[in-house]
Parts: sequence; C-alpha cells; structure tokens
Amino acid sequence: MYKILRKEILSANIKLMEIFAPKVAQKAAPGQFIILRIDEQGERIPLTIADFNAEKGTITMIFQEVGKTTSQLGTMKVGDSIRDFLGPLGIPMHIKNYGRVVCVGGGVGVAPLYPQARALKQAGNEIISIIGARSKSILFWEDEIHKVSDKSYITTDDGSYGHHGFVSDILKRLLEEKERIDRIIAIGPIPMMRVLCELTKPYNVPTFVSLNSIMVDGTGMCGCCRVTIGDEVKFTCVDGPDFDGHKVNFKELNARMKRFVPEEKEAMELFRKRSSCICQ
Amino acid sequence: MPIDDNKKTPGTAKKINYIREKMPVQDPSKRKNNFEEVALGYNEETAKKEASRCIQCKTAPCKNGCPVEIDIPAFIKLVAEGKYDESIKKIKEKNNLPAICGRVCPQETQCESLCTLGKKGEPIAIGRLERFAADYEAANVPSNETKISPSTPAPKVAVIGSGPAGLTCAADLKRMGYNVKIFESLHASGGVLRYGIPEFRLPKSILDREVKYINTLGVEIEYNMIIGRVATIKELMQEYKAVFIGSGAGLPYFLNIPGENLNGVYSANEFLTRVNLMKAYKFPQFDTPAAMGKRVGVVGGGNVAMDSARVALRLGAEEVYIIYRRSEEELPARKEEVEHAHEEGIKFKLLTNPIKIIGDSEGNIKEIECQQMELGEPDASGRKRPVVIKDSEFTIPMDTVIIAIGQGPNPLIPQTTSELSIGKHGNIVTNEKTGETSIPGVFAGGDVATGAATVIKAMGAGKIAAKSIDKYLH
Ligand code: FES
Repeated sequence: MYKILRKEILSANIKLMEIFAPKVAQKAAPGQFIILRIDEQGERIPLTIADFNAEKGTITMIFQEVGKTTSQLGTMKVGDSIRDFLGPLGIPMHIKNYGRVVCVGGGVGVAPLYPQARALKQAGNEIISIIGARSKSILFWEDEIHKVSDKSYITTDDGSYGHHGFVSDILKRLLEEKERIDRIIAIGPIPMMRVLCELTKPYNVPTFVSLNSIMVDGTGMCGCCRVTIGDEVKFTCVDGPDFDGHKVNFKELNARMKRFVPEEKEAMELFRKRSSCICQ
Repeated sequence: MPIDDNKKTPGTAKKINYIREKMPVQDPSKRKNNFEEVALGYNEETAKKEASRCIQCKTAPCKNGCPVEIDIPAFIKLVAEGKYDESIKKIKEKNNLPAICGRVCPQETQCESLCTLGKKGEPIAIGRLERFAADYEAANVPSNETKISPSTPAPKVAVIGSGPAGLTCAADLKRMGYNVKIFESLHASGGVLRYGIPEFRLPKSILDREVKYINTLGVEIEYNMIIGRVATIKELMQEYKAVFIGSGAGLPYFLNIPGENLNGVYSANEFLTRVNLMKAYKFPQFDTPAAMGKRVGVVGGGNVAMDSARVALRLGAEEVYIIYRRSEEELPARKEEVEHAHEEGIKFKLLTNPIKIIGDSEGNIKEIECQQMELGEPDASGRKRPVVIKDSEFTIPMDTVIIAIGQGPNPLIPQTTSELSIGKHGNIVTNEKTGETSIPGVFAGGDVATGAATVIKAMGAGKIAAKSIDKYLH
C-alpha cells in the first residue's frame, strides 16, 4: 500500500498528489512515469512523474480527472492508500548541455515538463519555457516553471492570462525570429504535440515529445502501448515515453487513444451513479 | 531406450486394461458461456481405477519424460491403494506446483508419451492423477506445512519473477535452507500462470493455493518490483549472494503486416492479460475493459491461440476463427485444447495466412486479408512448409483480431544489465545444465533463457538453477 501524504486541488479537475513510495522515489528520474492501481477492482493506469524526492521517499503526480480511475483517485484523501504503485517506468530523459532548449507544456503536460526543464537547467542549458492552458483558472505551476527558466511565456486559449492563443503561436514567433534553438521538449495533449512537431520540422530543430499511450502492465509484456515511430513499432512503456516527435505517427496514436471509449464512458457513468448515491 | 512391454509386478496376474478413465468435462454448450473450469477432474473412484491400470513396470520409462523427475509409478501406486495424502507427498518431493502441472502440462508429449501401456493402448493418465492427488489434498488434508525457519545466517538469494521458473527455484532454495525473496513486477503472483492461462483451464484459486503453499515454506514475494528499473541486477548483488532471473517470455511478437496497429488488434498477451490478470470478464465491476466485436479472428495455432479464441467466445463473440497457416495436423496446441475448441464451436481457417488488416477511416478493423496456402516439403522443424497458392487472396470481415504467434524473452533485464550475455533472440544465454549466465552468481531459466516453452520446462529450469545456486554458495 502506498500512502497519500499530500493533496492539492490545482483547479476544478486537476489535482496534485504526493505519494509515499520510497523505492520508486530513490530511482525516479525526469521523463519517467509510474503505473498505479487504486484497489482490487482497479485498472492499471500510467501517470507521469511531476516531481520526486528521494530523501522524503515521495513521488508527486499531477493528474486531470478524465475517466473513472482518475476521478476516483481525485476523491481520495491524505492518509488514504493506493493498492499498487509501480515504477519508475520508461527510459529517463537524456540530460546534457544542448545549449538553448525550449520547453513547451500544455495542460497537465506542464507537470512532467517541470522536472525535465529543471534537470536541463541544472545541466547548464538556457531554458525558454512556454506553458499554456485553456484558461487562467486551470493554469498551475507557473512559479515552478518560472524558477527553472531563463525566460518564460504563458498562453491561454481564452485570453484570460498571458498571450491570447496557443503555445504554438509563441514557438512559431521564436522560430520565425530566427532565435537559435538547439532542442525542443513538447509535452501536452496529442493535438498540441502534433502541431508543434509539424511546426518545427521545416526548421530541423530536434523536438522531443512524451507519449501517454494506454497501458496495461508497463513492462513491455503486452504491446498495448505500441506506437509507430518512423517505420518501426515501439512500446511506449519500455522504449519511451520520450520519442523524436518528427517521427511519431500521431494520427495512429490519436486513434489508439480511443480504443475503449464506450467502455470508459460506461465505467464513468457507473462511477458517477455510485458516488452520487454515497453523497445522498 | 529399451521398453519392457510385458513385465508386470510379480504375482499380479490380472489382465491389463488398455482403456483410460474418461475425464468428466463441463458440457460444451454450457461452458462456452462461463469461465468455470472445463475439465472437472477424477473422483476417488475413477482415480483409483485409473491408477490401478498402471502395471508398475520396472523400467518406468515415464520418469524419463518428467522434467522435474517425479517418481511417477510410486505416486500412482499410492493412489491405487487409496493412500492419497502419501501420494501427494511423493509428488511434492519433486514438484511444488502439482495442481497446476496436473492441469496444464503437456503430459501427452512427456511422461505419458513414454508409458509402456501406450504401446498397445492408452497410456496411464498421469497428469489427471497428479491433479487428483493435489486436489484431494487441498480438499481433505489440513495444511500442516511448517514454515522452514530461515537459519538466520543463511545466505540471501533473490529470485526475479514469480512465474513457474521463479516459484520452483525459490521453493527448492528455501527447502535447502536459504533466505529467498521473490521480486514480482506485477501486482499478483504466478507470471504467465496468472496473466496468460484463462480461469477455465487453470482456476486462479488453484494458483493462489499453490503460491500460498510456497509462502508457507517461508518464501516472501515483493510485488510491484520491476527489476531493471527500481533496482538493477548489479544492485541486487550487493544485498543478495545469488540471483535467479525468471522474468519470462513477456514480449509479444507481431506479424509485421500492414494494419496491425488498428483498433481492434490485440496481442494475445494484451487480450489475455486484460481478461485473466485484470478480470475484464467482470467489467464493469472490475475497471479494465477488453472490448471485442462479434467476429473475432485469432492468428496462430498454439495453446495461447486456443486460449484466446475460447476466451473471446466466452466474452460474447458470435463467431471466432483460428487462422493458421498450416494444417490441423501441425497445430502446435495440445490435442485436448484443440478438441475443446472444436467442441465449443471455434471455426478453423487452416492453411490460411494473413497478409493485411484493413481498417476504416476511424482506425478500426474492418476485415483481414489472407492468402490460401498448401503444404510443401518439410522445413528445418520437420513440419511441412506452407507455400502460398498464387492469386488466392481473399478477405474475411472481422471486428477483432488477436495475434497469438508467440512471444520472445522480456527485454527489460537484458537491456539494463550490460554484462549479461544475450543470444540472438534476445534471450539470456545460459549453460543449460546449470542455469549459469555470463555473470558469476547470476542464474537464469525458463522462457527468458529459452524463449516461450512450457510451464513444466520452466519449472525444470528453476530446479536446475536452484541446485547450481546451492553449489555456487557452498
Ligand atoms: S503497457 Fe504492456 S507493453 Fe507497454
């Protein structure tokens, strides 16, 4: 059992949890993720690592409530325990001094972006960060990102804060202004990563994305998480989650994310019904 | 090997009975709608009858066919005499997982294939008797297995993976007096026995029982421990005097044909893991889905293919096809499993080779394109090689395709252990006779060393490694 030590509500449906998992924390590195299972009936879902603290023995995750499992997780309180917690999974990001790195985060993608930006900064890179959200109320970790960046931009789709528009607008401007960029890290919703990769490709700037495929075991055993990278099939859980964004087949990835939509809906409805019964 | 056909136990002049006791099974029309066990097992009467058929021949060729060297005639004799609890003790001298082996071992190609009676009639149903003895014990004999207290300064050994190889190795080491800990990456024990073999062939309660037995011996299992990531082999070696790697064949092979990543295409590993480990057959009480259409094609002809097809049927598929490129004779699955599949209404598209999976604009499967094959000259494996019949392409409408063409060794430990010598199939290279790897103190066995094989072979490898570890630590 893995205890929840801290919970923060970052916005209506985005929550932060710090979990006591000393062995995972000992080994966690930027770019990695965990798989958890809430209880005996639970499914196994991957969540990215937003932060880790080997001394305290904790892993921090930020997640958006999108389905049954994340919604159920969101109802859990400090002191509650998660049944299973496996990690750290995936290949850690390769950290070195590339020069100037642009770190782009959209939505909850800002969470896994943070440890990557921090590590790159520590390795001597100049960090330009661009983080975006639909609206100001759901933007989080602005300060954290700011602290590890030499320069940072904020965008909101509705214009409630920062630049009115998308993260890609800012990146486009930087590229057009012929700013020297040595590497781009882009983490966020699939459509965002896809747009960014299409944008940077003509400029030949290495662009790395972090994929969030559907998973079961997370150990390379089932192939559920397979993605097409160039002309090769890779397993996100053991070969990723970071991939060369210019090679990712986003169309296929996008379709594969919808594999269980009807079942996810059914599970969600059942969960809503049950939790409203408990409330009354 | 000389087989002494006619020798009977001196003094017994009774006539040899060449016909084995039938195994009672759940009715096919009923069982295809449930996940309960198909084969129901012998009762005392039928077990005794079957065991009494054994002529106790001196040569006991059956023993040579058992990878874990069970004293087969001895345990059968005890069953015939009604001494069931002694009989299971005899088995457990060599085999820690008898209720499992009795169910899933391919006895027909091992011990039973060598049985003297088999020369003129039906061999003794050794597997069924093994199962009977194990089940009898579970139902009737209170467990008095005492924890083997770790003689405190006993060296510590780490076992990676709680599948058949790991469980066997750990139990044997424990009996030798070592401090043994198993590291399991999933949230439950058993490896392929849990995620691969369906409930109707191996009820999970039986697996739990066998694992509990190994626990009572004093073997601890730590779950959610993914070796290679949370700790490397090198790091384990700082705390443990020896390491056994039994991480299994967790790498699904695909056909590498167009359309394989369409929605609706599963690897058998994924499909079975969702259903068996995650209990998708109880969705939505359990959260994991295993979405499936009405028309399901399973590509492959082994036990895993049969399991996938029969699971699909039980989840409500209307038509389930086995798509296999050779003929029925070459099906690598156990005969019994093929028969069961036939009885349940699985359709066999034989001499059929898939070349393309075709989807719609949403990325969902629509149909599978295949070629008709015919059998040519035998290939290196001795089986007739399937050859394409020209211009024989045709398509079959499908909602779901399950690829069950085999698995390779799980790559995680090979990838994260640079000193480990790795074979060309990604397997850990071992000395087959000892289980030694290229790193002193590190042993390996089971599917991670040999590629996908059988449960009992993995158990045999676990046993061999336990012996070598004992030698190494002395
Ligand atoms: S999640 Fe099963 S192989 Fe990646």
